[in-house]
Amino acid sequence: MPTKIEKDSVTGVETTGHTWDGIQELNNPLPRWWLYVFYACIIWSIGYAVMFPSVPLGTTYFEGTEGYSARVEVEQELAAADAAKGEILNRIATSDLEQIRHDDDMLAFSVAGGGAAFAENCVPCHGSGATGGPGYPSLQDDDWLWGGELATIQQTIQHGIRWDKDDDTRFSEMPAFGDGILETDQIEQVANYVLSLTGHEHDASAAAEGAAVFEEQCVACHMEGGVGNKELGAPALNDQVWLYADNYDAIVNQISKPRHGVMPAWAGRLNPVTIKMLTVYVHSLGGGQ
Amino acid sequence: MSASQASAVMGEPVGTPQYNETVVRCFTVATMFWGVTAFTVGVFIALQLAFPLLNFDVSFLSFGRLRPLHTSAAIFAFGGNALLATSLHVVQRTCRTPLYGGPEVAMFLFWGYQLFIVMAALGYVTGITQGKEYAEPEWYVDLWLTLVWVVYLIVFLGTIMRRKEPHIYVANWFYLAFIVTVAMLHVVNNISMPVSFFGAKSYSLFSGVQDALTQWWYGHNAVGFFLTAGFLGMMYYIIPKQAQRPVYSYRLSIVHFWSLIFLYIWAGPHHLHYTALPEWAQTLGMVFSVMLWMPSWGGMINGIMTLSGAWEKLRTDPVLRFMVTAVAFYGMSTFEGPLMSVRAVNSLSHYTDWTIGHVHSGALGWVALISFGAVYYLVPVLWNRDRLYSIKLVAWHYWISTIGIILYITSMWVSGILQGLMWRSYDDLGFLQYSFVETVAAMHPFYVIRAIGGVFFLLGSLIMVYNLIRTIQGHTREEGAVTRFGVAPAAAE
Repeated sequence: MPTKIEKDSVTGVETTGHTWDGIQELNNPLPRWWLYVFYACIIWSIGYAVMFPSVPLGTTYFEGTEGYSARVEVEQELAAADAAKGEILNRIATSDLEQIRHDDDMLAFSVAGGGAAFAENCVPCHGSGATGGPGYPSLQDDDWLWGGELATIQQTIQHGIRWDKDDDTRFSEMPAFGDGILETDQIEQVANYVLSLTGHEHDASAAAEGAAVFEEQCVACHMEGGVGNKELGAPALNDQVWLYADNYDAIVNQISKPRHGVMPAWAGRLNPVTIKMLTVYVHSLGGGQ
Repeated sequence: MSASQASAVMGEPVGTPQYNETVVRCFTVATMFWGVTAFTVGVFIALQLAFPLLNFDVSFLSFGRLRPLHTSAAIFAFGGNALLATSLHVVQRTCRTPLYGGPEVAMFLFWGYQLFIVMAALGYVTGITQGKEYAEPEWYVDLWLTLVWVVYLIVFLGTIMRRKEPHIYVANWFYLAFIVTVAMLHVVNNISMPVSFFGAKSYSLFSGVQDALTQWWYGHNAVGFFLTAGFLGMMYYIIPKQAQRPVYSYRLSIVHFWSLIFLYIWAGPHHLHYTALPEWAQTLGMVFSVMLWMPSWGGMINGIMTLSGAWEKLRTDPVLRFMVTAVAFYGMSTFEGPLMSVRAVNSLSHYTDWTIGHVHSGALGWVALISFGAVYYLVPVLWNRDRLYSIKLVAWHYWISTIGIILYITSMWVSGILQGLMWRSYDDLGFLQYSFVETVAAMHPFYVIRAIGGVFFLLGSLIMVYNLIRTIQGHTREEGAVTRFGVAPAAAE
């Protein structure tokens, strides 16, 4: 199409004179405000580039007139945060667990700090309320597998349970009694006996048979009357706290082919002060001994 | 319409070229099909985020595999087919010449592009990925797309070179910038070494922070040139056509085109604030993003101001309303983008749902709405219908999808800012106040609202597909004095 400048009848603005498939273009100037805001953005950007690290210079770069660095900034912020906590962190580092527990300031600080560490690291297994779940012990009660004193809790957190990367980890293993140690009917009898310890519904005659089997096979770890043994992490069977479930099938399963929970060692992953705070926090949840 | 009709009637072209409309029709139908697919998968994965049970413990239904399926279906399948449909239509009409290469090459382009989509999608659900966002397909798919894309470039450029018009229309500048830049981005970011000739696995040429920078140079300019420049090309044709008004400012189109093209390519590093990327590169990414604000808005001004003198058409023509609302969303998200690229803002927004909201105000608000406008414009033209089957259904689609977008964006804004603030909040003693899982739990209601927004958007698109199928079949719904441009002014009074 030849160039043919026309005047738009609606706005009175001239066209550029081109037509493409019926489309024309008006010859309006750039909106002033648009142009000035564009200039302002460019000027602002140049100013920012002068003040902050911006231009590569071979192996180094122009650092900007402000001397700003995000890396330095985060280091300073972390240092300031540590400095704000500094004094009490030092006291916790140099105090033993009993001292921390009996000092109001250190106790309050440890419960807060231990709670934060717990929320970040422990809740996936132990639950956000530390109430546990099937296979994961509740830390809210006073029924402890490996002991509820400050020192034993600290030991558990530091070295974990059945954590084979740590030589000092807590370790015990219940044999799989279904693999040729006990007959099926003996296992069923023991299960009835275990149920009888807590007044659950059970077959009394089977339980009586089971008592003998228990005496022979189980008391070494679970002790007389099933009171458990914290030295070995052997759970008490005479209370209403159950690691997996309190029904007949679950007990038969656990005797036949036991499951063994694993907890990682936290020493090395969390610093010693955090582990101390975590210990005091867990101890404070209600079951500390 | 007149050109092809006239030539068809007269049996031989007399100064009016025989446009290739078959391929445009194919791409238009594919746009509708992949659009519904992308929205459906999107709704499903949104529900998975709210209710993780919906992963069903089945690998190919897991969020990790369906998420790239959704993004690629939305960007490359829905968006890509819309761009191919409109670009091949626009370049023929505004150059007054049929497609270079003839109908066979055009059909290769169509089936080649669909094959790329299917190969990519099969890879995603079976776990074949190179793990680069928006560039997930492995080497064999990349090679195939490269071939198809080069054919696209040749067809498009060849048509422009044989044009019968003295000047190249602005829409074609944008389409060409999109085709050329996407070719460059795709080739560079996907340079990799296959592990074996018959295996899918490959390793990228780049590693570490160089890989990250290359990836976000690609990723950001996929947004810039695929989702911005390409769709601006679409806008520059369909808005003047539907509004029946001249483009507002030729000078503005020149200045904002060149400034957009020049500035966009440097903005990628803003995706890597506070990372191992050297700080000077982060700063440059940020300032180029801020300078990009007005060049982006140039397109918005030219789109909206093209309606000057014809504002009343927004009341009577829901198709035009789609286009103009798209441009408004475009303006909003191209303001939000530079804002989020500012380092201090980014420290709050990055890694949160705010980014997801931002992306969808662009993807749903701009890309999808302008594409809906384009297919509503194209279908009556391509199938020689006087008007759409129903204008009322277009209006319904408009409102339902707009409500869906609003639900989506606002829930993600609130969720993202809440998330960012929870992550950085400390108690009086200097300990983190919230665990990560608590922030996840806090997102739940917003994830539900987002999924509801997605359902609205999907429903709207189904209404569109129904309307367009009836239009293609040649049906019209009795709705009074209605034309291709909405309710006739007399009837609207």
